[in-house]
Amino acid sequence: MTIDDRDARIPGGPRSMTSAPGPRQTSRDLERYAGLFAARTKVMKSSAMRDLMALTERGDIISLAGGLPDTSSFPAASFAAIMGDVAVDSTARCLQYGPTEGLAVLKSCIAEVMAEEGTTVDPDDVLVTTGGQQVIDLVCKTLIDPGDIIIAEAPTYPGAVPTFCSYQADVIQIGLDEDGMRIGELEQTLDRLDRDGRRPKFIYTVPTFQNPGGTTMSLPRRRRLVEVVRERELLVLEDNPYGLLRYEGEPLPTLYALEGGDFVIYLGTFSKILSPGVRLGWSIGPRPVLEKMNIGKQASDLCSSSLTQLFVAAYFDSGRWQDYVHSLKEIYRRRRDVMLDALAECLGPESRWTHPQGGLFIWVTLPDYIDTTDLLALALDEHVAFVPGRAAFLDGRGASSMRLNFSGVGEADIREGVRRIGEVVREQVELYGTLTGTHEAVEAPAEPAPGEPDAELADVLHLPPAPERRAPPGAREG
Amino acid sequence: MTRVAVLKGGRSLERQVSLKSGARVQDALHRLGHDVVAIDVGHDLVRRLLESAPDVAFVALHGRDGEDGTVQELLEALGIPYTGSGVSACIRCADKVIAKNHMLDAGIPTPEFFAFNETAFKELGAADALPAIEERLGFPIVVKPAGQGSALGIKFADASKDVPGALVAAFSYGDKVLLERLVRGRDLAVSVLDGEVLPVVEAMPTDEEFYDFEARYEIGRTQFVCPAELPDEVTARAQELALQVWDVLGCRGFARVDLMLCTQSNELTVLEANAIPGMTETSLLPMSADAAGIGFDALIERIVELARL
Repeated sequence: MTIDDRDARIPGGPRSMTSAPGPRQTSRDLERYAGLFAARTKVMKSSAMRDLMALTERGDIISLAGGLPDTSSFPAASFAAIMGDVAVDSTARCLQYGPTEGLAVLKSCIAEVMAEEGTTVDPDDVLVTTGGQQVIDLVCKTLIDPGDIIIAEAPTYPGAVPTFCSYQADVIQIGLDEDGMRIGELEQTLDRLDRDGRRPKFIYTVPTFQNPGGTTMSLPRRRRLVEVVRERELLVLEDNPYGLLRYEGEPLPTLYALEGGDFVIYLGTFSKILSPGVRLGWSIGPRPVLEKMNIGKQASDLCSSSLTQLFVAAYFDSGRWQDYVHSLKEIYRRRRDVMLDALAECLGPESRWTHPQGGLFIWVTLPDYIDTTDLLALALDEHVAFVPGRAAFLDGRGASSMRLNFSGVGEADIREGVRRIGEVVREQVELYGTLTGTHEAVEAPAEPAPGEPDAELADVLHLPPAPERRAPPGAREG
Repeated sequence: MTRVAVLKGGRSLERQVSLKSGARVQDALHRLGHDVVAIDVGHDLVRRLLESAPDVAFVALHGRDGEDGTVQELLEALGIPYTGSGVSACIRCADKVIAKNHMLDAGIPTPEFFAFNETAFKELGAADALPAIEERLGFPIVVKPAGQGSALGIKFADASKDVPGALVAAFSYGDKVLLERLVRGRDLAVSVLDGEVLPVVEAMPTDEEFYDFEARYEIGRTQFVCPAELPDEVTARAQELALQVWDVLGCRGFARVDLMLCTQSNELTVLEANAIPGMTETSLLPMSADAAGIGFDALIERIVELARL
């Protein structure tokens, strides 16, 4: 039948274009591709949230959703001068492939950055990667077969979720509190897995200024975690993008430094201390693991950009990188304080949030009847955005939480953005009160407590218990 | 050669879906030899339409503004013929409550429902009516925003305690929501092109609990069967209902009517009508046209021919 057969009618029935004769078909166009897709694409999830997040990139939105560092304060003249020097001094090298493990000049810079945090490494042991994200990918590529277990934090870095899913890992999330991952809960989980004859391939943690929780693992917990992994001979992936961005409190040793590098794979990055645009990160860890990751990297991209490696090396040569990190810390500390003040002012007593000592994020938990994915739709109407908490879970939790970023926008926008979020939350709290006949917590908090953590927030992340484990690896979240 | 302005994107929550629909439409229009002007709809829409002076506007927008008659009203004002339904049909389709009331008046079966705006709860004490509504509809109850497409904001309340939260969520997408009796069964869609029905499509989500946003737009998440494997009389009835809806709502050009075939009663009910159905790879109208022997390009050409003021 074609379009010209429009006069076809079923006598006495509806006007109809009946189907062409022959075998019944499902949609050919789709099947042609879908039939070729690998099994892993079934767990590589797109989501409504991702489409909503795309809206947050509109220019008229105050986005507290991103994880963007502020690159606007980098002096244009320095950038131009360094790039100019690199272009003139190393034209051919810039334009050429490099070794998979990275250029030696950059590896020295990496050792310098790690020394700044009290971790001594041999530059030769470093694997340079295309951003820190590639380390997560390479560790999975090296260690994870479909169905293997990864232990992560609850909440975990939202950007790791698609990576874990695409390797069809079975992710178990361990709760966090103000002192970081609950090691007791971790041990219980490991015991339980032991009884089932299962063993996680690695434990993924962002111990310092966690993304998205904003919390930091205490020194006793760090020590205990190191003991646990040594006793049980388990690998840890320590993701440490923000360690140098501390605004208060005493620096803590990295897990890598505490443990010595037998069981800890360390992930570092230039993204938050210099620029995510250079796409440079690194890893260091047990040599056999690093060697496999190196082979994995060859398969992925042969090598990271020579151009940006030489740029970063030249920048470090100029001897100003610590000053720049210092200036970033000043900017971010003020922004964090502005956000904490604004939260105290604009969110009612029914909401709670973390008080990060560094990093880029604050984790806010609203009353459990508010779903932040839906709230985002309302917030976008008010031209403000955040990351809904579900993005940080694989098990459907986090629905009432959100991640706020304070590094990427100016102080005035932070104040205004939080005010708007406060408005939409208040609207929902009031509506819920109307619907249930309870009018709890509609009044504004009595006294804002600028910059002060709430003493009662021992369980500041306020998570419901983990749901029953689902059997199939990578099963769809609820 | 016709100059066609493809209106896409915009500010609605279905922006990404619209960009996909728009891109496919543009490709087809290029292949058909038209002069294509792509417009990502924003503050400068009117200015860009005046500058490009298209012969036809292809409205590939979904959701707010694009599907609810707003953009159509502007095109009327500018005298630019546009694809799909006119202003009034868009208004009737975009609001599920209005659409369902029209269906009820015309005797077209649609799941039983109650609809309220926020004022009803805030100022008229509608919350006190919830127990009666729950008893009448029975759990689970489907709670939906009246004006949102792509299944965004749809919640299932399994018990009284879930209803307030579901309502709060639905009100995030607009100021009117409906509580609807859940019909368990098969998801069917009947597309209509210029007043004539196309073959019925059945969407079978592979592991999703219902035909949600992910199942709708992610390739491989849903198995589509077209023509749906149904007894002839069910197919005929579905098509008949779709045409009734088309007539009652006053659609023009093309539209898609979504139905459920209840597993228990084997009865068909109409959920809603879409004035601007998706044109993405996983969308149902192009699939259904294809099954009727109308390829994507022919479909787009036909829709452009049907553009009116």
